[in-house]
Amino acid sequence: METANPCPSLKPKDYKSGTKPVWCPGCGDYSVLLAITKAMAEMNLSPENVALVSGIGCSSRLPAYLNVYGFHAVHGRALPVATGLKVSRPDLTVLAAGGDGDGFSIGGNHFMHACRRNVDMTYIVMDNQVYGMTKGQASPTTDPDWDNSKLTPGGTKINPYYPLVVALASGANFIARASSTDPNGAAKVLVDAMRHPGFSFVHMLSPCVTFRPEQKDWKKMVRQAPVEPTTDPAVAAKRLMTDDNFFLGTLYKGDRPAYQPELKATVDNISDLDKGFIL
Amino acid sequence: MNDSTSLSSTNSKGAPHSLSIALLGSGGSGVMTAGGQLLDAAGQAGWYGMMTRSSGPQIRGGEAAALLRLSPQPVETHKGRFDILLAIDWLNADRFVGEIILDEKSIVIGDNGGTVPEAISNMGGRYVELPLSELAKSISGGRPNMVALGALAQLIGLPINALEVVLTKSLKKKGQEAIDASISGIRAGADQASEIPDIPDLKVTPSPGRERWSITGNEAAGLGAIRGGVRFVAAYPITPGTEILEWLAPNLKKVGGVLVQAEDELASINQLIGGSFGGTPSLTATSGPGLALMTESIGLAVASETPVVVVDVMRGGPSTGIPTKSEQSDLNIALYGLHGDAPHIVVAPMSIGDCLFTTQWATHLAETLQTASIVLSDQSLGQTRALIDKPADISFVSGGRSITSKAESFQRYAVNDSGVSPMSIPGMPGCQYTADGLEHSPTGTPSSRAEDHIQQLNKRKRKLDLFDYGDHWAKVSGDGETAVLTWGSSTGPVSEAISMLEAEGKHVRLISMRLLLPIQPERLVAALNGVEKILVVEQCHGAQFYHYLRAHYDLPGQMRSMAVPGPLMIRPDDVYSEVKAWENA
Ligand SMILES: Cc1ncc(C[n+]2csc(CCOP(=O)(O)OP(=O)(O)O)c2C)c(N)n1
Ligand code: SF4
Ligand SMILES: [Mg+2]
Repeated sequence: METANPCPSLKPKDYKSGTKPVWCPGCGDYSVLLAITKAMAEMNLSPENVALVSGIGCSSRLPAYLNVYGFHAVHGRALPVATGLKVSRPDLTVLAAGGDGDGFSIGGNHFMHACRRNVDMTYIVMDNQVYGMTKGQASPTTDPDWDNSKLTPGGTKINPYYPLVVALASGANFIARASSTDPNGAAKVLVDAMRHPGFSFVHMLSPCVTFRPEQKDWKKMVRQAPVEPTTDPAVAAKRLMTDDNFFLGTLYKGDRPAYQPELKATVDNISDLDKGFIL
Repeated sequence: MNDSTSLSSTNSKGAPHSLSIALLGSGGSGVMTAGGQLLDAAGQAGWYGMMTRSSGPQIRGGEAAALLRLSPQPVETHKGRFDILLAIDWLNADRFVGEIILDEKSIVIGDNGGTVPEAISNMGGRYVELPLSELAKSISGGRPNMVALGALAQLIGLPINALEVVLTKSLKKKGQEAIDASISGIRAGADQASEIPDIPDLKVTPSPGRERWSITGNEAAGLGAIRGGVRFVAAYPITPGTEILEWLAPNLKKVGGVLVQAEDELASINQLIGGSFGGTPSLTATSGPGLALMTESIGLAVASETPVVVVDVMRGGPSTGIPTKSEQSDLNIALYGLHGDAPHIVVAPMSIGDCLFTTQWATHLAETLQTASIVLSDQSLGQTRALIDKPADISFVSGGRSITSKAESFQRYAVNDSGVSPMSIPGMPGCQYTADGLEHSPTGTPSSRAEDHIQQLNKRKRKLDLFDYGDHWAKVSGDGETAVLTWGSSTGPVSEAISMLEAEGKHVRLISMRLLLPIQPERLVAALNGVEKILVVEQCHGAQFYHYLRAHYDLPGQMRSMAVPGPLMIRPDDVYSEVKAWENA
């Protein structure tokens, strides 16, 4: 394989593919895309050594808009695709991205196990507390009394899911929140996440202006968490359990070693394996 | 098909000269260990053979049987009828009635003072008692299963020293004391057995110069995967596919690969897609329920043109079905289970040894054609151990991942004549693309345009249709106006039935299809040239193979379906009788 000459200084726009996004004007996902390209430029990553995997949803359309290797998989399965890629190609920088429905509902089991397995990758969930792509149904993070979906008249009456708490309990090695309303701050968090070994989870607030227009107010509600990232899971647990969903920044940094089996042959020739069968 | 066992005959003309032995006992009695050692010793002595483990639904304990068939010639199926039944004890032995058929020529051996269940004694056979536990007790560390092993070896004329070689090797870790106890056990058993009169004679033609392998279909599939280049496996355990994974985990490690135990089958198939996207040939093994969970993402592999291999070791279905028994009833889901128009490869090994070749070939096809390959093995192939000749060393030249450096005009889904587009892997500069399950243009950009859809659909179909599968598509042998058309594990009993018919001077053609998708109409029609009667044999209640043939092939003459569900194996006698019955109808 040809090795790339890392370009001395790539700009955020160098990470864009030029394909025009399908998103609604004003959708938070535009700024997430911007933040990702800023973070990659900040780290001066060679685009060919980065892969971003997504599921299905408005947010999951992201890979096509980047100039890195991408995989637009099926609904809910971004994490296993990313896991297989990173485990077999540890040389790559691997990211996974998607929505709250993709990551916490249909893909919820993978989220838990990806946190637990702790493969070195960064997972960005663009949370708009709604299923945008299927035109506005409740998601696992939707408030119980949100009643704008025909599927759940009167609201879901079910408490929302707390992804950061689940991430901590499941063993994620890095937990942060960022917001598309602050792309520069989000880029910083993403750099932090990508640099941290193991599974990094970034809860990215990203308003759906079409089905949750009230989320435009998130801009006014988000604020920097007045704390330093903790390495103590007990402190983190308290912090995340009392969190109001609008504190931004890196909230937890663990020190568990990443899961990465060694890929080194111990036999010279595969015919060595025949020996086990010869009588 | 007649469902009674009375059709069974002791007809063996034309079939390999062989001895069938059933070794029975309750959990912990060590029948599987003894059976495995008997098989290995037979291999040492230059014989061929096979051993199937049969047990009930209990996880541990319960009644278990080691079913062996030994022969100077290669054997690929059980006969159903057994020459010797040896029971270490008779607890719940009646549940094997139907699976173990005896007749007046069979020898039934039990421990002194035991009571043979009526269901077994009713079948006939000469009953002999041996003091199995008494002899075992007289030896320090002695066990009845070793006494039984010695008795069996003596009865069938297997040199005791071949057994000693095997025991010494397999008990090395347990130390000299254990070896001595076992050897004393087999000697004691052998001495007793010499007393039994009128032992049937097994003529042995040892060929010691030949390298003999002892392998199960599941192990063979694992080796085929590694030979095919597989270096990444993600999987979730399920009977009867798990042994493929158990074999692969340590062996992949040796060759620089890795097996990840995933959280479920949704994860395993998607991890493969990730591994393969990264440039590493990737495979998983499962059984029907797991295949059902994977289907959405197998479609993603097809649409995104990401090579993956899924080995389905079939068991009785639907739902959890009969997990420990074989059936060929996942054919429909493998052929038709993907949503949308999703052309892919479906292949089936036709013998235990062929699990190696077929899995290797499936990997080659997936890689070369950038698609999903499904391998339909089954419990009877996967979990049966066979003594086979050293398999041929075959290597294919895979050409799927064709991009090695930056191409100015790189289009991942370029529409071309072969239908196989250039594929880059992450790390190659200038060739970044997004693999997509959404319909896309040649560059990979999502598109819902009719023109892109038809072009990509055609391309994904064309690459499979234009490929030259050569002679590997099927095994075709014999001539005559009657043909038996079959696939997978039914090939063993069908072949033997045809040998029996041939011994009577009848000519019957055998066609066993290894390649089930894409369909091969011209090849099959050519293979059936001149045929007037086609018997379609499969282990499946719904006659899925028969209906597949009716749907896709223009076949000559009359057709008849012999579709028998599991859990009982199709026996050569059953197929023989079916052909005869049709002839005389
Ligand atoms: C197996 C499957 N079920 C359902 C769908 C339909 N579907 C597409 S996207 C989506 C929800 C997307 O919500 P989210 O992940 O929050 O992404 P958003 O659109 O809000 O960014 C659903 C239910 C699908 N594509 N696949
Ligand atoms: S529907 Fe909502 S989430 Fe989807 S693109 Fe429009 S604004 Fe964004
Ligand atoms: Mg959403």
